[in-house]
Amino acid sequence: MPDDHLGELGRDGHVRIGVYVCHCGTNIAATVDVIDLAEYAAGLPGVVVARDYKYMCSDPGQELIRQDILDRKLNRVVVASCSPLMHEPTFRRALVRAGLNPYLLQMVNIREHVSWVHLGKAEATAKAQDLVRAAVRRVHLHKPLETRRVAINPAVLVVGGGIAGIHAALTLANSGKRVYMVERKPTIGGHMAYFDKTFPTLDCAACILTPKMTAVGSHPNITLWTYSEVEAVEGYVGNYKVKVRRKPRYINEDLCIGCQECIAACVYKEAKWPDEFNLGLSKRKPIYLPFPQAVPQKVVIDPQACIEFKSGKCKKTCVDACGERQAIDFDQKDRIEQIEVGAIILGTGFQTFDAHRNAYYGYGVYPNVYTSLEIERLINASGPTAGEIVLRDGTRPRMVGIIHCVGSRDHNTNRWCSKVCCMYSLKLAHLIRERTGAEVYNFYIDMRTPGKGYEEFYDRLLDEGVHFVRGRVAEVTDWASHPSEQGKLILQVEDTLAGFVRRIPVEMVILSVGLEPQSDAREVRRLFNISCSEEGWFLERHPKLAPVSTFTDGIFIAGACQGPKDIPDTVAQAGAAAAEAMALIDAGKIELEPYTARVIEDECSGCKTCIPVCPYQAISLIGDIQKARINEVLCKGCGTCVAACPSGSIRQNLFEDDEIYEEIEGLLAYA
Amino acid sequence: MREQQSNANSASGFEPRIVAFFCTWCTYLAADLAGTSRMKYAPNVRVIRVMCSGRVDPQFVLAAFAHGADGVLIGGCHPGDCHYQEGNYKCLRRAELLKRVLQEFGIEPERFRLEWISAAEGERVRSVINDMVKKVRELGPMNRGSAGEDIQSQRQAFEEVTT
Repeated sequence: MPDDHLGELGRDGHVRIGVYVCHCGTNIAATVDVIDLAEYAAGLPGVVVARDYKYMCSDPGQELIRQDILDRKLNRVVVASCSPLMHEPTFRRALVRAGLNPYLLQMVNIREHVSWVHLGKAEATAKAQDLVRAAVRRVHLHKPLETRRVAINPAVLVVGGGIAGIHAALTLANSGKRVYMVERKPTIGGHMAYFDKTFPTLDCAACILTPKMTAVGSHPNITLWTYSEVEAVEGYVGNYKVKVRRKPRYINEDLCIGCQECIAACVYKEAKWPDEFNLGLSKRKPIYLPFPQAVPQKVVIDPQACIEFKSGKCKKTCVDACGERQAIDFDQKDRIEQIEVGAIILGTGFQTFDAHRNAYYGYGVYPNVYTSLEIERLINASGPTAGEIVLRDGTRPRMVGIIHCVGSRDHNTNRWCSKVCCMYSLKLAHLIRERTGAEVYNFYIDMRTPGKGYEEFYDRLLDEGVHFVRGRVAEVTDWASHPSEQGKLILQVEDTLAGFVRRIPVEMVILSVGLEPQSDAREVRRLFNISCSEEGWFLERHPKLAPVSTFTDGIFIAGACQGPKDIPDTVAQAGAAAAEAMALIDAGKIELEPYTARVIEDECSGCKTCIPVCPYQAISLIGDIQKARINEVLCKGCGTCVAACPSGSIRQNLFEDDEIYEEIEGLLAYA
Repeated sequence: MREQQSNANSASGFEPRIVAFFCTWCTYLAADLAGTSRMKYAPNVRVIRVMCSGRVDPQFVLAAFAHGADGVLIGGCHPGDCHYQEGNYKCLRRAELLKRVLQEFGIEPERFRLEWISAAEGERVRSVINDMVKKVRELGPMNRGSAGEDIQSQRQAFEEVTT
C-alpha cells in the first residue's frame, strides 16, 4: 500500500488508518465478499493497510492489528466484524497493547447487521462497503479519550429472598462483603420454602433451605429487610443509591423475640383468614407468623383483619401477652431506608401460572382440582394437613390425575416450556403413590427429564407403576356418562400412543402449572434499568457468555427471574452472580466510558435550553459567566443536550456532531 | 398515478437507500437479535448507532436527506423504557416538529419514521424495515432536484444564524 494515500486526505495529513475485515469463519465470509471488501477499503482515503482474516478476534487476529499499528505507524483502526456490543472491548484492548488510545477505533457491524440478515452476496457486500466507508470517514475525526476511574462501593444489594438471593447473599457475606437483602414478603425462603421434597434426590427441602435462611438472618455481614421493597435506584455501576420502603408489620422487629404468645392471646380465638403461605388451604389469625421456620422469626399484623385497625376498640390482648417487651406498635408507618451499594443482584423469581385461565380444567369450579403448588403444601409435613394427602372432604384419594404443561407449551397462554414441571410432577406422583397407594396418572405432551439423575428418576417411576398417558387433556368434567364415573372427576384425553380417546375417572386432579415472569417484572425492570425478553423474563447480557450480567453494568440477575429454572441451576447462577459482583468490587475501581458531554464555553450563549432536557440534573448555569457547565460525574452520556443545544456548543465524546455527519455522508457517498 | 409510479419503480429496479439511527440500548440490540436469530430483511437500511434516540439532532435527518437518503428511520426504546429515562420523549417531540418541516420541503411523510423497538423485538426490526423499504420503493427516488439543495442551504443558513 503506497503511503501517498496520505496526500489525498486534505483534512489531516497525519491520519493513517488500518481496516480489518473479519470472515468470522463463514459467518460473514459466506454472504459478504470479504476479500473484495478489504480491497475496496484499501482504496479509501486515509487507509494505509486493509486486511481480511479468518477470525479477527482471535489472538493471531489481534496480533495482526497490533503489529500493523507498530510497523505501519497506524493511528486509526477500523474493524469490520460482529456487533460492537460483542467485541469492541476486545479490539480496544488490542489498540492499547500497541500503545494507541482505545477510542481511535471504529467498529463496523457486518455480521449481525449484514451477513446474518441478508441473502444476496452483491447486496450484502455493497452494504458492507457503505458501512466501512462511513466508518473510515468517521474514524478520521476520532480523538484520544480518557476513561474516568471511579471508586466502587463494596456493598451489594440482593433483591429477593428466595434460594437465588439467599445463596448469592451468603456467598458474598462469607467473603466479607457487606450485603443488604430486600424481600417483599414478611419472610425469606421464596418458593423453595413451600416444598416438602426436592427432585430427584427427594431430600427434604426444609432441611437444606432453613439452615441457609437462618444463616442469612444471623450473618453479621447481612442486613435483612423483609416486608420491604426497592422504591428507587439512582447512580451508576459502583455507586448506586437505593431507596428501600419498609412496610409496617406493626411489630418492632428489634423487640419481638418470636415467642408467638401474642398469637395465642389474640381476641380471635379461631383463625379465620386465609393463610397465604398455605395458599388459602388453612387459616391464620390477624397476627401471625408466616410459617414456623420463617426468617426473621417475627410476627406480622394484617391491618385488613385486625380489629384495632378497623374499630380502634380492641382489648389488645396481644399487647398484654407481649408484656414488657412492648414489641407491638400499632402506629408503625412506612419507613424509607437509603443505602449505597456498588452492585445489585436481582433474584426476584417467578410466579406460577394462574390455573383459572384454562377454564376447561375446572380449577376453582371443582373443589378437588388443585394446582401443583397447593399439593406441595398438602404433602408438606408442616402444611395444613401435616403431610396427609386428602381431598377437601378429608378422605384419601384412590385415583389421581396429574396434568402436565398447564400454562406451558401452549400458544393460547405461555409458549415456553417451564422446564421443571415434568420433574416436579414425577416427584408428586412418587410421593402420592408412596403415601396413599393411589393409582396416579400422568398426562404429558413429552417427558422432558434432562439433568443429573432425572431420567433415572423417571425410570424409577415407571417401575413403581405410575401410569403415563401421552396426550393433552381436553377437559376435566364431573358429567358422568357411565355409572362407574359417578361422583368422580373425568379426564377426557386422546391417548396419542394408543390412538383413541379415553375417559379416565379420578378423585383428585393436579394441574402442573408452569412458571411465568412476576406480574410486576416490567416495573421492576424499569426500576433497575435493565431489559426484559418479550415474555417478561429479565434479559441477560449474552445468553451463553454473560448469563448473569445485564446491559446495565453492576446489575446482575440470578434464578428464575431470568427464565424457568430448577433449584440446582438457580443456585449455580446465584453463585455466578455473586462471583461477578465480587470481581467487580474487588477491582476497587472501575473505568467509566468517556461518552460524556461537555460545553465549549466560548460558544455557549447561556440560553439554558440544555438545562431542563438533562434527566440527571447534570447541567447548571455558572452564574458569573452565564455559561452552562456539565458535571461529568453526573452525566451519563445520552447526548440529549447535545441535540438540543441551538448553537451546537455541547459536544459528546465519540458521538460528536462532526463524527456523525461524517458517518451520514460516508454512508451515502457513492464510491 | 402513484401505482404507475411504483410499477415503474420496481421495473426500473429502484432500490431506496435508508439511513437509520438506532439507540444502543434497545433498537440496536434488537437489530443484533434479528441477526443472531438469522431473520432476513431488505438490505436497504444503513444503521448509525447512537447512545440514545434523544441524541438524534433533527439536523442529522436533514443531512441524510440532503446527501441522498430516500428515507430516514429512527429507532428508540418504548415510551417509559428509555435507558436515560426520557430521551425517547425528547426524540418524539423533535420528530413531530421535524415532520412538519419535512412536509414544507415536499418530502413525503412515509420517508421519515420514528419507531419504538425494544431489545427483545428482533422481529419488529425486520417488519419495520421491510415495510419502510416497500413504501419508500413505491414512492420512488426522492425528488431531490431543488429540494436537496434547499435543505442543504437551509441547513447552512440555519447554522450561520445559530453559530
